[in-house]
Amino acid sequence: MAGIVSYGAYVPLWRLSRDAIVKGLRGEKAIRNFDEDSTTMGVAAAIDCLKGRNREAIDGLFFASTTGPYKEKQIATTIAAAVDLRRDIITADFSNSLRSGTAALRAAVDTVKAGGVKQVLMVAADCRTGAPGTDFEQNCGDGAAALLIGDSDVAVNIEAWHSISNELHDIWRRDDDDFIRSWEDRFVYSMGYLDIVAQTVSALLQKCNLSPDKLTKAIFDAPDIRRHGDLSKKLGFDPKTQVQHHLFDVMGNTGTAYPLMLLVAALEEANPGDRLLLTSYGNGSDACLLRVTDQVEKIRDRQGMKGHLATKRIVDDYRTYLQWRGLLTFESQPTLSGGNISSSAQWRDRNQIFPLHGLKCQACGGIHYPPQRVCPQCQAKDQFEEVRLSDRKGKIFTFGADTLCTRLEAPRVTAIIDFEGGGRMATVMTDKVLEEIEVGMPVEMSFRKLASQDGMHNYFWKSIPLRS
Amino acid sequence: MQGIKDRVAIVGMGCTKFGELWDKSEQDLMVDSCHEALTDAGIDLNDIQAAWLGMACIETGFGGVRLARALKTDYIPVTRVENYCASGIEAVRNASYAVAAGIYDITLACGVEKLKDSGATGITQMGGEPHFSSWVWAPIVAPARYALSATRYFHAYGLSPEEGKRVLAMIAVKNHHNGSLNTRAHFQREITIEQALNAPIIAWPLGLFDCCANSDGSAAAIITRPDIAKNIRDDYILVKGLGISAGAGAQGVIGADYDYLHTDEIVRAGQMAYDEAGIKDPRKEVDIAELHDCFTIAELLDCEDLGFCPRGKFKEDIEAGTFDLGGEVAINADGGLKCFGHPIAASGLRMLFESYLQLRGKAGPRQLKNPTVGLAQNYGGIPGGGVCGVAIVGCRD
Repeated sequence: MAGIVSYGAYVPLWRLSRDAIVKGLRGEKAIRNFDEDSTTMGVAAAIDCLKGRNREAIDGLFFASTTGPYKEKQIATTIAAAVDLRRDIITADFSNSLRSGTAALRAAVDTVKAGGVKQVLMVAADCRTGAPGTDFEQNCGDGAAALLIGDSDVAVNIEAWHSISNELHDIWRRDDDDFIRSWEDRFVYSMGYLDIVAQTVSALLQKCNLSPDKLTKAIFDAPDIRRHGDLSKKLGFDPKTQVQHHLFDVMGNTGTAYPLMLLVAALEEANPGDRLLLTSYGNGSDACLLRVTDQVEKIRDRQGMKGHLATKRIVDDYRTYLQWRGLLTFESQPTLSGGNISSSAQWRDRNQIFPLHGLKCQACGGIHYPPQRVCPQCQAKDQFEEVRLSDRKGKIFTFGADTLCTRLEAPRVTAIIDFEGGGRMATVMTDKVLEEIEVGMPVEMSFRKLASQDGMHNYFWKSIPLRS
Repeated sequence: MQGIKDRVAIVGMGCTKFGELWDKSEQDLMVDSCHEALTDAGIDLNDIQAAWLGMACIETGFGGVRLARALKTDYIPVTRVENYCASGIEAVRNASYAVAAGIYDITLACGVEKLKDSGATGITQMGGEPHFSSWVWAPIVAPARYALSATRYFHAYGLSPEEGKRVLAMIAVKNHHNGSLNTRAHFQREITIEQALNAPIIAWPLGLFDCCANSDGSAAAIITRPDIAKNIRDDYILVKGLGISAGAGAQGVIGADYDYLHTDEIVRAGQMAYDEAGIKDPRKEVDIAELHDCFTIAELLDCEDLGFCPRGKFKEDIEAGTFDLGGEVAINADGGLKCFGHPIAASGLRMLFESYLQLRGKAGPRQLKNPTVGLAQNYGGIPGGGVCGVAIVGCRD
């Protein structure tokens, strides 16, 4: 029976203190760094989910987001390349609704169920932006979740679904909008969210002949804390014991990824035999019933929600947040030209860019990056095997910090790192605090957006201080 | 292999003032430096039979006509050369070899760079490919690249950042003192250790005075055979050795064991030039060395790579005044890149100009006591993938 065989999550390191938005507000929300987007957060969650798994065995990748960096160009392929999946896999993007995360989950489960493929990885990520001064700005956070769906060693069985489709302009973004729009909130929440989710959950429970008291925990998608409480009450769940915490105080609503991130948080605490309810909302609602198996104990060694929430840095300055979101722009400065993004060069070098493959010399055993035709150590020509460096930890050999780079990034730290098991790489470092960096400091790799030019986003790996 | 030693002479040189020369174009600078060299040699433009132009930064692929058009040469061969920061020495090398080969009697080497029209505050990238999909090394600017070596040098030799920065500050103070005595320098003022230490950080741990400026400038040399030189002037100088080494990535930044404390291209180019010149102990035999101090840490590492001080011992030597104007080897006696800035292809010829003055006793307030051997060295690029040029000149017999 198809179900969840592994889970992973990603919460950015940075948390914006809500006090920085409006004096006196409490709590914080997770915000992406300037070099992160839904693609990069998706990659991070996928890698967390694939810890200890054979990546060659994965047959498909579905990606869900309302903040994908392209209207036309698949994101699932970028994520699949970055996490080093095979090329003969199915990929698809699910978009345009906050419900697309659960839609991708359902599609992944149904695809595995239908046979032909054994494992599909589904990834959801979002980084929606509320206009300055709105409740959306306070409530929206950034993050990602990933679930590996398979047909053996299932940790969570997916037992039943119910969905309602509802045409309604309650919360939306037009194709050229930067910020979330909404209709008057009394209407939106009473006739939209509360009504539709309640109808969906009731129908599912009825279908399965269950009452709320038979469920261990319910995971409620919600636009804010107040409505989260309203829904629990309306459906008759005990908010203290039966409802997964909403995490608004520490993370915020992470859009498409939000219910799935809450599911990961619930699974981190779940016991074999637990019965969970998962809901999502957006132009209707999806609800599904899950049953935890004893396999769940075997997949607890990831960063997940707990690990990622526990490691954080506070941004208490609203200007930094605005700069990272591109809402404060700088005057451009003349610079000498250095080179251009080239689609053909990117294609040619795809293995060294996306999965960060270095070459291991079969003659001398040396590992080098970037790949060379002739071994820098022993001059052997074309005798190499590719080795993936993106999942290796490393140590800083030396570093420097450039203060004359773009103000967005300053100081830009260049760190020369030595990978465990061999290999040296010159990296740009991110998610760092300059004063804490020293020679010998352990680092790991993180997929980030380097720059955008000529309408293309240029992704590559950077080093970060160990997150765990 | 015959080598270049004593086979060609420099009989005239010119060097513009370096700086933010807003009112001078690249053509103006070439006219100024080349005509100063012609006047100095007392020869006519039409005595030049071939010319080489070093130019690294201005758009590439358009050849030597930039120099020909500026000077209005008479349809003689003019070739542009570029080889990173060694482009000036590369021009001298080509002009020297053409004379040594017996093809021409008199040649001209000119280096020029007009950096201040770009609007950029620095040379933004090094070693980048024309098209790149991932930025492996390209996003690093020069100060950040040299910061890597400074961090590592401090770590390797047990210097705290404060101690390390003090050593670097002493280099800046020395070079600024020398530059204060030079009317052609971009910066002609002394600085103190405290000023250097308290300056704003450019690329940690390097501060403002650890970095050289972007400047405009040009310098030129007239090269001929010694037997012709005798008829031109009594105090010509002789080329003793020329070395150029191109990094191939064998030991540089791609290698997993590179130490960031030495640069093989510099060691090798130095060795080539020393071998040609017959120099066994550079510290004893070289009187004046113009080293590539684009950053203070670069001068320190150049010194160790070229044998002017044992590895890891620079601190002791700079504290002892070994490299001052009156010291054992005067390093960057004219103020160096620190005071001249670094108009890329002009720098190598500007450095030779100082030896040309010093060996002939014409260096004014900076004049050393009877120097006989001078050295100029440039390095550009990233270790293992860069280029070093070394030129050694000496007094005539």
